[in-house]
Amino acid sequence: MGKEDRNMPENVAPLSQERMAYLEGLVSQARTAAAVFSQYTQEDVDRIVKPMVLAGLEQAQYLARLAVEETKLGVMEDKAIKNMVATEFVYNYVKDKRTVGAIREYPERGLVEMAEPIGVIFSLTPITNPTSTVLFKCIMAIKTRNAVIFSPHPNSVHCCQEAVRIMYETAVKHGAPEGVFTCIGSHTMPDNAYLMQHKDVGLIDATGGPGAVKAAYSSGKPALGVGPGNTPVYLEKTADLDMAVVDIITSKTFDNGTICASEQTVAIDDEIYDLVLQKFAELGAHICNERETALLGRTVIDPETGVMRPMAVGQKATDIARVIGLSVKPNTKLLITPIQGVGREYPLSAEKLFPVLSVYRAKSVDEALKVCVDVNRLGGIGHTAVIFSRNDEIIRKFGEVINAGRIIVNSPGSIGALGGVYNDLVPTFSFGCGTGGGNSTTDNVNVYHYLNIKRVARRSQAHMWFRVPNQIYFNMNAVENLRHFPSRSTMIITNPALEQMGHVDIVRRSIPPETFVRVWTIPDAEPEAKVVMQGVEALNSYKVDQIVALGGGSVIDAAKIMKLKYESPEADLEELAAPFLDIRKRVVEYPTEKVNRVRMIAISTTSGTGSEVTPFAVLIDKERGCKVTLVDYSLSPDVAIVDPQFVMSMPKGLTADTGIDCLTHALEAGVSTYASPYTDSNAMQAIRLVFKYLPIAYENPRDEEARSMMHNAACIAALAFSNASVGVNHALAHAFGARFGIAHGRANALMLPHVIAYNASVPTKFRPSPNTRAYVAHKKYAMIADLLGLGGHTIEEKVKNLVAATERLLDQLGIPRSIADLGISKEEFERAMPDLARIAFDDPSWQSNPRMPLVSELVELFWSAYHGRSPAQEAPASQQETEMEVCV
Amino acid sequence: MTTNTVWLKIDGERVTPALQEALAKLDNAGGEVVLDFCDVHRIDPGAIGVMEKLAGIAGGNTVKIVLHGVNVDIYKVLKLVKLAPRFSFLN
Repeated sequence: MGKEDRNMPENVAPLSQERMAYLEGLVSQARTAAAVFSQYTQEDVDRIVKPMVLAGLEQAQYLARLAVEETKLGVMEDKAIKNMVATEFVYNYVKDKRTVGAIREYPERGLVEMAEPIGVIFSLTPITNPTSTVLFKCIMAIKTRNAVIFSPHPNSVHCCQEAVRIMYETAVKHGAPEGVFTCIGSHTMPDNAYLMQHKDVGLIDATGGPGAVKAAYSSGKPALGVGPGNTPVYLEKTADLDMAVVDIITSKTFDNGTICASEQTVAIDDEIYDLVLQKFAELGAHICNERETALLGRTVIDPETGVMRPMAVGQKATDIARVIGLSVKPNTKLLITPIQGVGREYPLSAEKLFPVLSVYRAKSVDEALKVCVDVNRLGGIGHTAVIFSRNDEIIRKFGEVINAGRIIVNSPGSIGALGGVYNDLVPTFSFGCGTGGGNSTTDNVNVYHYLNIKRVARRSQAHMWFRVPNQIYFNMNAVENLRHFPSRSTMIITNPALEQMGHVDIVRRSIPPETFVRVWTIPDAEPEAKVVMQGVEALNSYKVDQIVALGGGSVIDAAKIMKLKYESPEADLEELAAPFLDIRKRVVEYPTEKVNRVRMIAISTTSGTGSEVTPFAVLIDKERGCKVTLVDYSLSPDVAIVDPQFVMSMPKGLTADTGIDCLTHALEAGVSTYASPYTDSNAMQAIRLVFKYLPIAYENPRDEEARSMMHNAACIAALAFSNASVGVNHALAHAFGARFGIAHGRANALMLPHVIAYNASVPTKFRPSPNTRAYVAHKKYAMIADLLGLGGHTIEEKVKNLVAATERLLDQLGIPRSIADLGISKEEFERAMPDLARIAFDDPSWQSNPRMPLVSELVELFWSAYHGRSPAQEAPASQQETEMEVCV
Repeated sequence: MTTNTVWLKIDGERVTPALQEALAKLDNAGGEVVLDFCDVHRIDPGAIGVMEKLAGIAGGNTVKIVLHGVNVDIYKVLKLVKLAPRFSFLN
């Protein structure tokens, strides 16, 4: 099979070799023209379009006369107006439109829309609007740099050829490529089928009857198919009746009713029905009696198919009357046929492209709307509908119940639908009828349907933030700043141990004496829903206006959720805990309307979680056996007090675990894909403080400077991870800690050296994230090593030194280096592994990790932590030496 | 074995006649012919018609036609009319 044979359409009725060669020649010529056209600029095409429009206007009457002579349809004067609308009005719409290159730009969205021509368009034109449709399509094609092969309705070939000739000669004279338009002379259905399926035809634009539209859509080619209508009209009692009657007569008699958007059946409110018919009669309509209506129904509509007979299409009212033997006045413009229903048993409720208009007396708005729906669905779905009314509510209801691409209000249907004359619809000669009409669009077909619109989408810079509490007080005795916060009723939320240690008394002393203070103690464990709701009841009963949360992460988390439910009782915690990928786009919204308003002050009594400044809170749902994690900046306390006097007595183990939790926060925030210069500064400072002061605080718990600096470090690290989030270390620790009952800080510690080594090696898989401009985790670890003065010449060496320093720190703190050291057997760990891996992968913490972990990698990390083999002794995988390029 | 290479500059102001002249020279030629399109900014249907004939000659094995300096707009035109695969291109 040769190259040319591959262009042969399939399933096409046989054509002679000679005929095929002729059609191939048309396509080849159009293809060449379209290809050449692709080089033209906007200015080039605009220079061609204007003279074409002027030529069309000049020849409007000539072409109208030709059309009427050839088709024997319509009114010459009206066809001339159509030709002028198809040129002047269409030009008015397209003249300033960009259709070449960049056609629309949205700088704020980083989007540019660019035009790509379609190439060769195969266009069917109708008998009812032959020349106007050709003029319209030629202008659209030149404006969009396409070539068109026209196939006119067989009974309008000559006038269409003449219209194409006028457009073509003018276009080529002003620079269009030769061969840009061609018009098939005599043709057959197989010709059309051949061209519709031709590989070099890009689009079929079929304006015509249902057969043509169906053939176009059946070809398998992209198609614009527009077809028949059946326009219902509701003439409602509040309408301007004189205007409505004139508009309907104007529209229905325009070109003898050949425009498919013209009015077909008018539902008229009972109260105005007789008056409206009288006005029609006064202006030249003949109101048919029952016998005349029945006679018309039998003659102009085919009883077999329910479709109008061609003999009546586009004929004058008097000629139709004469042919069927009706006696009407010589100046009769319109035949009005009262009908009692809609459907096949009422033949005149169908589409009638001639000046016969059905009317229906509607007893109510509801009945009128139903009749219009019936007419709409009797062959007119998606096309056009008309309403005359001054009642906005009824107009809106009409728009809701009628399925029509164009709903024309208080204006003539046919000319209104064409657009640009009575309204701001886009001027057209092709009405998209949507899926109801078997079409791909409900638009008035226009230049944009003759283009492939390309979108150039620039990478958008994700909006970032650094959100922290309004006020943070720190250093020894910072709690005294409580006196700055006036309150009528304050509740201190804490746990029993802290009350016993006298911490609550210290807080009480700093609250202004005029404040009424209650203490609410909760268990020292992650809060349960029941505990929270009891606290909310207490807040309500004391009408609290200030909460002071004194404790570790559990107490402060509980207080955050109590505040949320106290301020917004309707808040659904389960819904608010719904997972999300990007906090900026998440589905749920935290309540902004508040029944109560309360200030929240958080005083941390551990140096690890940083909950006093974070937007996170964790709740245990015992009924469902799961944790509910809430994340929203509205949860962040209003004021944080970082006073080391509350941590001076922390036991060594807790000092170690919480200190490593703090280090993990800082390290993970530092390499997070959400890291920014704002979070980096905090993360790096926190890391420096932990390496310097944590061993001292651990060895000398009463060392005030070390305690103070570690307390600051925890808060500063929390400022970083509140905005940059954490990473895979936390995902592993959450799963492992929950399964084996290991404290969060210790679980983090067991994973930390392995996660540093993992993140410092080239990812197996990159996760889509606009924040990730480059893979820099290894460089940032190296930078941290430099900050700590760990030495090393290459990035690889520096990362190794950081891992080793972390391991030394863990050793100094007496933290086991392996899960096995905790007494967990290999068999037990192996049994737990499927669940651990699954839960860790479901954990949202890793979403901002620089490496997207595969489940198999999570398993490897768990086993590395189990065995506790030092990653510092192993080189990170495939890490090449690179120059330092990262700045903080 | 030696190969003769002929370098023909195509005048951007008269593309179709220049291509026709090149076509005439090629009728009895052998070896490699480079058509220099550096000064050509746009081609029309007439030029495409001549290039189809040139492509026919290039398909005859006796002569290789290389298009030099074709801008991307013209390259796209040649792709659209399916002539591009029938020539060699030299940037």
